[in-house]
Amino acid sequence: MTKPQTNRPDALEVQNLVVHNTVLTAVRGIDFTLPAGGRMGLVGESGSGKTLTALSLMGLLPMGWQANGTVRHDGVDLITQSDKAFSSRRGRTISMVFQDPLSSLDPVRRIGFQVSSVIRRHTKASKQEAEAQTLELFRQMSLPRPEQLMRAYPHEISGGQRQRVMIAMALACYPQLIIADEPTTALDVTVQKQVLRILNNAVQERGCALMMITHDLPIIAAMCDTVAVMYAGRIVEMGPVSEVFRAPRHHYTKGLLDSQPTMDNIALDGSSRLASIPGMVPPLHSLPRGCAFHPRCSAASDRCRAEVPQLETGQRRAACWHPIEAGADATVQAGVTA
Amino acid sequence: MTRPFDEHHLTPPLLEMRQVTQTYLLNRKSLLGARPSLTVLDNVSFDVRPGEAVGLVGESGSGKTTLTRILTGMEKPKQGHVFYNGADVWAGDGERWRNFRRSVQVVMQSPRSSLDPRMRIGLSLLEPLRALKIEGDHVARVHEVLDQVGMTRQALERYPHEFSGGQLQRIAIARALMPAPKVLIADEPVSALDVSIQAQVLNLLKDLVRELGLSLVFIAHDLSVVAYTTSRVSVMSAGRIVEVGKPLDLFTKPQAEATQNLVGAILTVEAGLAGNALA
Repeated sequence: MTKPQTNRPDALEVQNLVVHNTVLTAVRGIDFTLPAGGRMGLVGESGSGKTLTALSLMGLLPMGWQANGTVRHDGVDLITQSDKAFSSRRGRTISMVFQDPLSSLDPVRRIGFQVSSVIRRHTKASKQEAEAQTLELFRQMSLPRPEQLMRAYPHEISGGQRQRVMIAMALACYPQLIIADEPTTALDVTVQKQVLRILNNAVQERGCALMMITHDLPIIAAMCDTVAVMYAGRIVEMGPVSEVFRAPRHHYTKGLLDSQPTMDNIALDGSSRLASIPGMVPPLHSLPRGCAFHPRCSAASDRCRAEVPQLETGQRRAACWHPIEAGADATVQAGVTA
Repeated sequence: MTRPFDEHHLTPPLLEMRQVTQTYLLNRKSLLGARPSLTVLDNVSFDVRPGEAVGLVGESGSGKTTLTRILTGMEKPKQGHVFYNGADVWAGDGERWRNFRRSVQVVMQSPRSSLDPRMRIGLSLLEPLRALKIEGDHVARVHEVLDQVGMTRQALERYPHEFSGGQLQRIAIARALMPAPKVLIADEPVSALDVSIQAQVLNLLKDLVRELGLSLVFIAHDLSVVAYTTSRVSVMSAGRIVEVGKPLDLFTKPQAEATQNLVGAILTVEAGLAGNALA
């Protein structure tokens, strides 16, 4: 994986980020740092707060939601930015690739126009220069017949092509940070890898930082250096992907890894069962006391029911009163299920 | 080692479609230029035996959903036949049709859109019995089915919006089980669910097949999910079934190009950590 360059300032430094509306608190104080050129995965299920985290970084929180805390990026605190400041920043220093490319492209504008207008918005490029750059971006995205594509409308191209257009748009102004929120979930499985590969290469070439938001652990393993696992608005485990996935310390992380269907547990026979996490993700309005995961956790004790475990400090952290010790459990390794 | 694939060869199929071709007339303007008709299924045969779990995989647009619609009687094939228990369901009398409709039930991808938001769960569960005019102790049946899917009776008084996706999918499965079907058809039943819930629903489907002796047709785009749940998998591509085999064989020696693409598309944590997932 790419070594982040040390002489550049961090792409993102998040301290005690809280996202709430008048009744609910969806993100309950998270901290992380994404170095320049680093790649972080944010894993979580629906309701874990991962998407609201991303939207607050983009200044795109839905009506009624508010972010508090500090988010340092490019020398400013994003939390205090005005809407106007954000709109000159989006696409220039931070861009986002959304889940559904069809609803994030304008259906009545040609694709070439949409991408080149991003370039014209943020640089002094003329119309011709912007179009030439767009064409070049389309080539880098391995899009077929880029000249014709310039004049196509979003509905005329396939889902995989649309998402590559979105990636092109996000990369157009060489941002320092790209946030990709479930970029391949809406795509067909067979094009998923291709889109990931293109995103991977493009991010690598430009040296921009990547924040990959997904519930899909294999995608994180393929794309990221570090991973933060979110549950009910908090980061419950964080560290280098290889360490977290090979030896998870939090029981939730381990549960997620164990419930992946892999070729190993299929190979057994028809009676094999997937390990599964019992229960369900708690709704935001009735989070359990103490550790939010305790009702679903096999290791839960009285302490877990009463006190919220804090995230440890250091490179490899978990927020658990009874973390899994390395080597304590032979089935910890990803993909191996008894 | 069990050999489900082989032993089922001896039993006649419970639900079968034979040489079905389905074409749609494209009345609206097509994006790809004027085409009067589109062949969605091209001479497709597919069957499931009693107590057997079979899978169907393919990219979107390969014809999986049309096959489901024909298998459940929601659509009449232009050519070919659908047999339930050896009898052509489109040829017989009303009694044969009713028997077929009650014996073959379906679970859809999104439980949120397949349950009426204004209907209490209890009433939703009774709907199939009412629609199919099934007599008997309905309350006892509701309780029995709730037990089978691992839900409590408190659910009956509540509305769909009060449940999470995973619970709703359990309820949708319960509703499908209400008329005591012999065949359950599940069309992408876990792809809308959270990861930690997917495994629960997959295990539930597997248990139902074993405990109730159900036949299961499991349709998905993700080969690893299908392979986990079923013992025989058909691969569809462009309206045809291009390969049939045991899950493990499809993984280790895929023959058809479509199968190779699907196997190649599978991402695993291990491959990702090894750094060759996107190679």
